Formats: sequence, C-alpha cells, structure tokens
Amino acid sequence: MDFSLGEEQELLRSTVRQFAEGEVGPLAAAMDEREEYDWDLWDKMAGMGLTGIPFPEQYGGAGMDNLSYAIAVEELSRVCASTGVLISAHTSLCCWPIYAYGTREQKEKYLVPLAEGALIGALGLTETGAGSDAGAVKLSARREGDGYVLNGTKIFITNAGRADTYVVIASTDPSRGHKGTSAFIVAKGTPGFTFGKKEHKMGIRASSTYELVFEECRISADQMLGADGSGFKIALATLDGGRIGIAAQALGIAQGALDQAVGYAKTREQFGQPVGRFQAVGWMLADAATRIQAARHLIYHAAWLKDQGQSYSKESAMAKLFASETAMWVTTKAVQIHGGYGYTREYPVERMMRDAKITEIYEGTSEIQRLVIQAALLR
Amino acid sequence: MNIAVLLKQTFDTEAKISLAADGGIQSEGVNLIINPYDEFALEEALRLKEKAGSGEVVVVSAGGPRVGEALRTALATGADRAIHIEDPALDGADEFSVAAVLAAALKKGSFDLILAGWRAVDDGSGQVAIRVAELLDVPQVNVVTAVAVDDGRVTATMDIEGGCQVVEVPLPAVLTAQKGLNEPRYPSMRGIMQAKKKPLEHLALSDLDLAAGDTAPKTKLICHSLPAGRQAGRVIEGEAAEAVRELVRVLREEAKAI
Repeated sequence: MDFSLGEEQELLRSTVRQFAEGEVGPLAAAMDEREEYDWDLWDKMAGMGLTGIPFPEQYGGAGMDNLSYAIAVEELSRVCASTGVLISAHTSLCCWPIYAYGTREQKEKYLVPLAEGALIGALGLTETGAGSDAGAVKLSARREGDGYVLNGTKIFITNAGRADTYVVIASTDPSRGHKGTSAFIVAKGTPGFTFGKKEHKMGIRASSTYELVFEECRISADQMLGADGSGFKIALATLDGGRIGIAAQALGIAQGALDQAVGYAKTREQFGQPVGRFQAVGWMLADAATRIQAARHLIYHAAWLKDQGQSYSKESAMAKLFASETAMWVTTKAVQIHGGYGYTREYPVERMMRDAKITEIYEGTSEIQRLVIQAALLR
Repeated sequence: MNIAVLLKQTFDTEAKISLAADGGIQSEGVNLIINPYDEFALEEALRLKEKAGSGEVVVVSAGGPRVGEALRTALATGADRAIHIEDPALDGADEFSVAAVLAAALKKGSFDLILAGWRAVDDGSGQVAIRVAELLDVPQVNVVTAVAVDDGRVTATMDIEGGCQVVEVPLPAVLTAQKGLNEPRYPSMRGIMQAKKKPLEHLALSDLDLAAGDTAPKTKLICHSLPAGRQAGRVIEGEAAEAVRELVRVLREEAKAI
C-alpha cells in the first residue's frame, strides 16, 4: 500500500499553501470582522485554476483528481475557513451536479465558465421546513407553457448573493413527495429571483449566506437539470461528494488551529518554561495531532474511492463526521492552550473555533452522517 | 527568445538552522524552496518569452537529488525545460565549481539571455552568475529591478547605493534579479499537471565534457558555527546626561557599535 502522495499532489499542496499564506491569510481576520469576502481573491484563485480542480480540461477544469481537490480545500481552510467553503460549495455543490447530470449544452453554457471561475456557483436546497429532511422541499416549479415558474424561498444558501449560477431543488409534483422534485439551473438576475436577508453567523462570517426568494420566476424547460422527478436523488448524490469537500475544510481548520497551538506552546513561558513541556498541554497537542491524522486518512481514502469509481457514500460520511468533530475538539483545545489570549480576537484561534462549529451541521449534520453509516452497516 | 534561468534550491527562509553531527549544516527534514531571488529571475524570463511570442525558458540547477523538486516547481510555473546537473564530484562544491558546470551546460544550448537571482538567501553567495558571465564571455548587469529587451539589446536598471543606474548591453547577456523586478506568479493547477510531461534532463560531469579536476573547489570550508545566543538587555540607570555618557561608552568600548 503506497501512502505517499504523488509529486503533483505535493506540488499542489505547497503551491496552495503558499498562496493561502501569502494572499488569503493577511485578509482572513478582517474579512471575518467585516462579514465581507474580498472577491479579488476569487479572481486570483480562478487564475490559478482552483475553481474547477476535479473537472476535465475540456470543461474548463484542471483535470485533477478528487484527492487533489481535497488537499486544495484543506490548505485554503487552514488559513481561512470561509475561503475553503467558498471553493467547496462552488465546486462540489454546483459544478459537480451539472457535470454529473447536465446535457452537453448545459455543460458548455454553465460548467465551463464555472470551472474557469468566470461564474461562481451555489446550491439552493435548504428551506425553513427542509433541513435534514431535504425531501420536504416546498419551492414549487409549476409547469407552464414550455417552461416552469418557481415560487418559494431557500435559506442558509452558501455563496448566495454573489454567486451567478444556482442549482435549485424544487417540487414539480407535490403529490409524489421527494420523488416529485427536480433540479434546475437558475441564473442570478432572472426576473422573479431575488435575495432575501443576509445571514449573520457565528463563524465563516466572510462566507456569503443569503435567502433565495423566487416569485413567479420563469425559467425554460432546458434549465431543468437531469430528469424530472430526480431532484432528491441529485441532491443526495451531490451531498455525498460535498461531504469530502467539507471534511477537507474541517481538516484544514483543525490543522491550522493545531499549528497555531504548537507555535504558542513553544514560545509562551510560564513557571520558567514553555507551556508545551507541561504534560497537560503536551497531551492536548498529542491528541489533537492524532485525531487530525486519523481524519486525514479517512478523507484521503474517501477521495481515493471516488477517484477509483468505487462507492464512497459510507466512507465520505465517516470522513465528514470524524473531521468535523475533530475540528470542533481541536479548535476548542487550541483556544484553551492559548489561555486568555486565545479568547481575544488578536489571535486567530477563536475565529477557527467559531468556524469549526458549522462543519458539524451543514451538508448533512453529524446525526445524518451517523444515519448514513448505520444504514450502510445494516443493509 | 531563448532564456536560461539559473536556479538554486535553498533552505526555506523560516527554517531553523542547526549543525549536524559532522559539523555541517543539518539539512534532513528541512523544507527547501527555490531561492526567492531566482523566482524573480524565472518570472522575468516567462514574461519576456511571452512578450516575444516564441522561444523557450530553460531552468538549470546543480545540486543533489532534492533539486528535482525545485525544477519541477519551475516547470509547473511555466518553464519549458529543465536541466539538473548532479555528480558525486560536486559534493562540497564552491562557487567556482558550480559556475563551471552551469557555464558548461549553457554552452550546449544557445541563449539570448541568462537570468539568475542576484544572491542566494542561504549562504549569501552572489558570485555564481557573475562567474558564469565571465566564463561565457558575455556582459552582465547585476541587482536589476527593471528589464527591457529590444532588437538584440537589453536595457536594465541596476539598484545601486543611493539610487539606480540604467545600463544597456548587447545580447547575449547575464542579468541578476533584485526584489522589485516583478511579482512572481504562482504555479497554476494546469501548470502542475503539465510539469510532469516537460523534459527534465539529468547531466553528470561526463555529459558536460568535464572531469572532476576541472571543477574541484578552490576554497576550503574550515568550519561552521552558530551565532552566539542573544544576551539579555541592560538598563542604564542614572540622570539623563550621565546615562547618555555611559551609553556612548558602552556602545563604543563594549558593543563596538560606534
């Protein structure tokens, strides 16, 4: 078994790390403070080809594998979790369903510019009454003439407001429940499609989170993605892959927090020595590093399975579950190790702790992940 | 335009320096990078080639096995070809040795311009590119912050004490890059994927028609030592006028700073 990363992946890691530390890092705290992303960073990431990593070159992507994508998200998140989720939501939640279910025309029209970074993507799935119960979506898509009319709202949509392209899950036949849902590709600016309130969050504050509001929004039939009635199936398959991206985000957050804590433990002195030498502190670091290592292996394995074309639903659920709980644990300990300073905004660890929490919730709560794993075991 | 870039792999500027058991510098487990000044040289080479519309950028480096990583990174950044000079006879090489092999490798090709960083951040060496220019018998302009190529000539702005000097020389020439010459690009994902398909040639001394005797170092390293640890600060007490007198005395006689 060869556990080593390929030369490309090592080069990708060091390139993205350099970019993250050089360009994103200096802005992360301010973006979090202001709850505003600096979109110049998106242009820089597009220039580097980070906006379509796992898609073939013919569709504007970098032609790399899912493992490379996971590493890129990890390195970005290590420095700024908001940047990690920006790329992850764009790539896994919007680009991927178009790649997997789109017609050739849809891929030309949407996937190419999305992968190239000319467009930013988002997924509109969640509603006030449809969180974990994703099949309970009420956004309606009424068939009219040779198109559809959308009515309803979506909430907590990542990248919303700034994103250009939205994959939206709507109900085309309420009588069939989740089997009567379909996916649609809707562009920002379509008449009848506006944004509702901006969500003010505990963490990933620079990530743009808004409501989507549809009022008699007309779209054409060729904007349906995949077959009629396959919306729920598309949503679930999309979330399966999105899990790897979020797991990578959580891993990056945890690694960033550990790196900060190790640096602090080596330099902060109390009772005449660096606090890292005290067993209580040292063992926290040891446990954090061990959990991070375990999370890394789970994620890389899930990405590898996906790259091999093997089923990866259970493994990606395990990876997301474990990595997100690890991120919460490690960041909390990182603040603890920093003591009073860790509680102030002068040090990045409090932001990392605030950022970590959402990874246990979105793209399938930890509870849902456990159900996925349970179902796979009891099949 | 055919441009050669001389590259050195150096310690990461954040790396902690320690001595190995044999008194040499501990290099195991140390993160290695492309010498930052060489990155400016590579970026300038890429821009000049892009502006000219044709030609190639070849990166050349002499050193041990890990140099391959630096060359692949340069290829991923946009260089077309790489040459890695590696030979056991180059163990303990000094600037004379390195310049000899680089010049020999460059002579095998035909370059309009040779770019390098003006010095290396690890040992502070700034001789190699200068020696190469002499060996190739071409003009050189050093510590350059601006370059313009036109019709077989290059105009370069040199950073000098208290200002700058603009120099024009005919091609081929050697230029060494100073910080501020440009903003180096990051490798793109596509570049990383393409790097493995680009040629990376390995050359030993025999491929360069050189024998060990031709490149034997002309300097001998006696020893390495780490700098003395930082002393605690000292507060000079007393009335202002007296304290100033005492400070001046200490600076002059003890710290030997003035």
